[in-house]
Amino acid sequence: MSAELERRFGPYGGRYVPETLIPTLDELERGWIELREDPSFLDELHGLLRDYAGRPTPLYEAKRLSERVGNRILLKREDLMHTGAHKLNNALGQVLIARRLGKTRIIAETGAGQHGVATATACALFGIECVVYMGAEDIRRQRPNVERMGLLGATVESVEIGARTLKEAVSAAIRDWVASSETTHYVLGSAVGPAPFPVIVRDLQRVIGDEARAQVLDRWGKLPDRVIACVGGGSNAIGTFTPFLEDTDVEIVGVEAAGEGLESGRHGAPLSTGARGILHGSYSAVLQTEEGQILEAHSVSAGLDYPGSGPQLAELRDTGRVRFEAVGDDAAVSAFKEFSQLEGIIPALEPAHAIAWLLENPGAGGSLDLLTLSGRGDKDLAEVLGRG
Amino acid sequence: MAERIAAAFNGHGKRAALMPYLMGGYPDLESSVAIGEACAAAGADLVELGIPFSDPLADGPVIHAAATAALDAGATVEGVLGVCARLSASIPVVLMVYANVVLVDGAKRFAGRAAAAGADGLIVPDLPVDEAEELRAACDRAGIALVPLVAPNTTPERITEIGAVARGFVYTVSVAGTTGERRGVPPELADTVGRVRGGTALPVAVGFGVSTPEHARAVGGIADGVIVGTRLVRAAGEGGAEKVGEVVASLAESLR
Ligand SMILES: Cc1ncc(COP(=O)(O)O)c(C=O)c1O
Repeated sequence: MSAELERRFGPYGGRYVPETLIPTLDELERGWIELREDPSFLDELHGLLRDYAGRPTPLYEAKRLSERVGNRILLKREDLMHTGAHKLNNALGQVLIARRLGKTRIIAETGAGQHGVATATACALFGIECVVYMGAEDIRRQRPNVERMGLLGATVESVEIGARTLKEAVSAAIRDWVASSETTHYVLGSAVGPAPFPVIVRDLQRVIGDEARAQVLDRWGKLPDRVIACVGGGSNAIGTFTPFLEDTDVEIVGVEAAGEGLESGRHGAPLSTGARGILHGSYSAVLQTEEGQILEAHSVSAGLDYPGSGPQLAELRDTGRVRFEAVGDDAAVSAFKEFSQLEGIIPALEPAHAIAWLLENPGAGGSLDLLTLSGRGDKDLAEVLGRG
Repeated sequence: MAERIAAAFNGHGKRAALMPYLMGGYPDLESSVAIGEACAAAGADLVELGIPFSDPLADGPVIHAAATAALDAGATVEGVLGVCARLSASIPVVLMVYANVVLVDGAKRFAGRAAAAGADGLIVPDLPVDEAEELRAACDRAGIALVPLVAPNTTPERITEIGAVARGFVYTVSVAGTTGERRGVPPELADTVGRVRGGTALPVAVGFGVSTPEHARAVGGIADGVIVGTRLVRAAGEGGAEKVGEVVASLAESLR
């Protein structure tokens, strides 16, 4: 690995933040350059991922889904990890980084609540104070996760600004951090934000793709034809995709939230539709007006309800290496239900978007498809059942 | 242009230049012209005119809410540049605008529009010096000053780097944090300003948290310019131009 971290991916990325945060971002960048090659750090992280979090997660051949689609479909089971989603890979890693940097307080944002629960979990494990910012609307629709964070000892701060969802939760966390960064680490939950966050989150999430690639080669003796993941900010997607980027025969698809339809303007699909702009400290694909005011996203899934996306995914879109597709609320909810009965697994609404895309796009019959099941759906029961 | 900024720091006859911040288009465009004129009449030497942005990361709740209200009332970039054009007839104006609003337009085009509206300078709170090269070149060509920010935790090496490309003045943030009224002037402010002076020959202005005449007087003894934002945005919401004029007059008085 090089002694520098990427601050830009093509034109995307950067550090568009108040000057007060620059020394902190510099410190974090230097810290990660060292820690990601530090054997004692890596031992501690890998030990926790194995014994505490339950890695490696299985790669499971979904027989009845495969039959229904006409392909062989392999599911990377991040839903089986402790706390029920991939988010813990990143949260554990970043809380360990924070400890090495001497930070005594942790803050995080959360949309679906999964990242908040993962961060609260990692903080409980080390007895560190944890504050999670969450939009009031998300507190309403992801109630079980709010209760979990409370049980884990975290303080959930309700954010009452704007659409009261993920975008405002990230802004609130950044504002806290501008004032507190000397003692506080901000565990950003997706591959977004100012450098070095997109790189740190990618590096911590690529365990998904590294494991999956080895598992598929080991058990099926070949690489998959297609690799598919849902995209909110893009952490499970970039983590899944990274080890496959050089495998040029592997088709890579990211599935965004089309919400009520791309034409409706009420969606969370900046990579499929969006202009380029700056949100939360990096230049990437962003939903915005012609004057550069950021628009609210919309999705039935709180984890995809975000108007921005990771800068590396924006570059991978432009170079054509990753194709982005969008799936609407209704299709995702119906895939959520169908998949539950086909496989006996209740998926989170976020990866239900990827499953819905697969149901509608079998591709060449008989292909070997790898799909990251980024989390389980317990948190979404009220939302789905409430829709009738 | 840049000379008008220099003049604002020289000819004020007070301990330091008084630099009110107001949110363009808050509560509406016409009122913000009246508010800016009230500032000028009450002893301000330069105004900072904010262009509202949906996601202002450097701002606390009061200025954020004012930006949201301005956008809801229909404020646009063009509208706020219109306010700038009218105010700049009587007082130097520095625009405060977030990076996305500038970059969506294009650095060159935005700098040109700002200059055409009579702006003397530009402050972009989320565009650190490393990201600012293109805009700085565009501002230089358009004849307006791109004013950089320095924070209390900025390293000496970085202060030198920032000082080397600063134009107009150096905006020193008094505390780590977002904009908002605070109880007192931080004890380490004199040190911070001293370090900033080590990296620039330009005037040094201090903002963030300066809320009362007592604060202004204390800051005026340390820095060349005193920036008051949230206190005045709050006054604009509570009592419009008249109230803002009163507060600015009391701040100006404290600097005499
Ligand atoms: C289960 C699950 N999948 C996906 C996401 C989307 O985030 P990302 O795109 O960063 O993977 C979330 C976010 O909350 C989530 O909980």
